[in-house]
Amino acid sequence: MQLITTLLAVTLSAGTSLLYATIGEIYTERSGILNLGVEGMMMMGALSAFAVSFYTGSLFLSLIVAMLVGGSLALLHAFLSISMRANQVVSGLSITLFGTGLASYLGQRLGPESNGFNLAGMTASNFQKIQIPFLGDIPILAAFFNQDVLTYMLFLIVPLSWYFMYRTKHGLSLRSVGENPRTASAMGISVAKVRYLYTVIGGMLVGLGGAHLTLAYTPGWSENVTGGRGWIVIALVIFAGWNPSRAVFGAVLFGGINAIQFRLQAAGTMIPASFLNMAPYVVTVVVLALMTIIGKKKKGKYSSPSALGNAFSIEDK
Amino acid sequence: MEKSSVSTLLKMEGVTKRFPGVIANDRVDLELHNGEVLALLGENGAGKSTLMNILAGLYRPDEGFITIRGEKVSIHSPQDSMHLGIGMIHQEFMLVQTMTVAENIVLGLQDLPLIPPMAEIKRKIIELSDRYSLKVDPDRFIYELSVGEQQRVEILKLVYRGAEVLILDEPTAVLTPQESRDLNGIIKTMLSEGKSAIFITHKMDEVLSFSHRVQVLRQGKTVAACKTEGTTPQELANMMVGREILFKIKKAPYRPGEPKLILDGVTVEDPTGRPVLKDISLTIYEGEILGIAGVAGNGQTELTEVITGLQKAVSGRITLDSQDMTNKQPLHLIKAGMSHIPADRGAMGIVGDMSVADNLVMKRYRSEPIASRHGVMHATKIFGFAKKMISFFKIATPKPETLVKFLSGGNIQKTILAREIDSCGGVLIAVYPSRGLDVGATESVRNNIVAQRDKKAAVLLVSEELDELLSVADKIGVMFEGELMGIVDAATTNKEELGMMMAGMRGGNA
Ligand SMILES: Nc1ncnc2c1ncn2[C@@H]1O[C@H](COP(=O)(O)OP(=O)(O)OP(=O)(O)O)[C@@H](O)[C@H]1O
Ligand SMILES: [Mg+2]
Repeated sequence: MQLITTLLAVTLSAGTSLLYATIGEIYTERSGILNLGVEGMMMMGALSAFAVSFYTGSLFLSLIVAMLVGGSLALLHAFLSISMRANQVVSGLSITLFGTGLASYLGQRLGPESNGFNLAGMTASNFQKIQIPFLGDIPILAAFFNQDVLTYMLFLIVPLSWYFMYRTKHGLSLRSVGENPRTASAMGISVAKVRYLYTVIGGMLVGLGGAHLTLAYTPGWSENVTGGRGWIVIALVIFAGWNPSRAVFGAVLFGGINAIQFRLQAAGTMIPASFLNMAPYVVTVVVLALMTIIGKKKKGKYSSPSALGNAFSIEDK
Repeated sequence: MEKSSVSTLLKMEGVTKRFPGVIANDRVDLELHNGEVLALLGENGAGKSTLMNILAGLYRPDEGFITIRGEKVSIHSPQDSMHLGIGMIHQEFMLVQTMTVAENIVLGLQDLPLIPPMAEIKRKIIELSDRYSLKVDPDRFIYELSVGEQQRVEILKLVYRGAEVLILDEPTAVLTPQESRDLNGIIKTMLSEGKSAIFITHKMDEVLSFSHRVQVLRQGKTVAACKTEGTTPQELANMMVGREILFKIKKAPYRPGEPKLILDGVTVEDPTGRPVLKDISLTIYEGEILGIAGVAGNGQTELTEVITGLQKAVSGRITLDSQDMTNKQPLHLIKAGMSHIPADRGAMGIVGDMSVADNLVMKRYRSEPIASRHGVMHATKIFGFAKKMISFFKIATPKPETLVKFLSGGNIQKTILAREIDSCGGVLIAVYPSRGLDVGATESVRNNIVAQRDKKAAVLLVSEELDELLSVADKIGVMFEGELMGIVDAATTNKEELGMMMAGMRGGNA
């Protein structure tokens, strides 16, 4: 029982950064913009959050900066793909290359002189687990109530995002823009405005996801801190069928296998470490592929926004 | 300049709109009076939709200005247009397929509360649909609806928003005659509430029955504007096309050959297992046009789709040239010489992001002479072929390379018709072929279908216009609730007989 509770707790913690980024990307893609820059934005969010925490000690400020950094990179993507009508795949990939490159460079420059200006190996104030009284004592359930603030916030963000998308006026506009921008535009919705807005909001959430990595999940900066999570996010969005509540399952799946894999490594098994490291990625991709194939039978509901990745101008039809 | 009279509601002056390679509107003036219906006529590609899209705020004019009640207005966006009380039904549906009817109706409404009170909205929708007899279920998703129902949603969108100036861009082109009559009734109701309308249509009877004035465009310019009273369909048609329209079909005598396409006891069920096509048996001979009449939704779509391999028959047999074709793949049927002009042309007939030329060769690219034996396509042959088709079918396009989505609605139709009629290798299944075509194009499409029949093709022609069936078809079958009520001789039957059969009476030799 104790083991299950612990594994579940680690799972949720490992899934947190993924879930932030996945929900962020869902907002973006729902508006019809494909942002493949998640990996780069996450990396920059992770770095900037850690650097700010290291120098100021303010976790709040760290989160704000991570959001601003993620949002700015997304704004760049929005500008390129909406205003300049650039190819969104190319633009997104550039953001990833730029973000990961810059983060690793800054990680070697922003540190204290004593450490050769390197941030790696430094410690900064980070988010502690907060145990909720009473609920945090019940076996199994305790896993949910022994988390850090960022994970707790997800308990709100996930249902609110779902509610926002499917039950509010703005959610209606958002979905219509990604689905049929021509119609949205004819109904008086400014397609460009909606796309800018949700691309930037998406970037901010991705930045927060990055911050969770360096300030909570594995406190501290290292060059490969995201470990390709940005790419897993792209797959999770598809698996979630662009629905925020379904994203939870994907994040938990990846986080869970990650947690078990760590356990096994720590316990020392026969399986080579590289295989164990690979496991979360392989299993996630395989499961997602299977789910997608099965999900295909249900028409419309979980398919991608029809206008995803297409630039829009009313005179171009 | 004279002061606009009190009754003038809206005025467009010297409006010009250019697209790459075309001047869609060339210094057009247009005037709409209070409480009147202005019919806007013109050939396919004349610039009607473009002019109206400018009023709706979708396009910005390059020159010219708009005044409403004597005041100059600038319409920069659909939002501006709505604020001025203008509402438009577009030629292509403006609906989000994956959303419900209710969501589509309130989409983009400015004064919608943050959390739309769906129960209340649905109540209002039901109330409006009762008042205008527009039956739709607000909870259904758009992709579940037939074209007729989708058009009703479009109208509901207008009435829900309470637009004062209605722009209706060929709203009846996709509707059945019954639905068109209903719609026209609705428009009359709205007019009696003091609204004004600009109505685009290719159907002369609609023009005469409820427009007060007509304006005719040709190649982007106004060629006439006058009172409806005192004009004749013939005059209007001639003004539009600039030549004499005969409204007559050149047809060789009926000499059927061997049986070509035979359906024997074909039954089709919908996904819930309900039979939508019941035990249909019919034969189409070489050199024969079998017309299919019936109120839309009585199994016509299923009939054509089961023949063309798009739906599965649960029982029965289909043979083509005495070969079994039951439940064969569409490609197999195409290779056997079958052509299909589908009802839902936007979804099934055309690839908007491909050029006119590529869409035209879409059925020929697999074989010589368009492609080499090894499957490499010859660009020059494609263009040669496309140019021939474009001029033969009079498709108005700046260049063969122009993307199909940039063509006018009617010219997109013509592109599909050209491809299917040209590639017809013995069987032509045509569903509503003259939908959305101007009078001139309608005439030529009908003549082309008859020409296929004269070349010994077997033709199945589904139409809702009895006039079309009576003048084009050799025999007419009538469908009712998935059953064939009988097949009658087109030369001897009349509208009354067909009407009775459409209402469910058996007749002819069933
Ligand atoms: N967005 C666009 N881009 C480029 N060309 C366009 C565009 N919209 C319309 N056109 C061109 O402008 C001309 C007028 O088109 P329009 O759609 O206004 O015709 P229409 O009178 O409505 O014809 P129809 O009866 O076939 O609907 C056509 O030649 C068309 O190809
Ligand atoms: Mg048009």
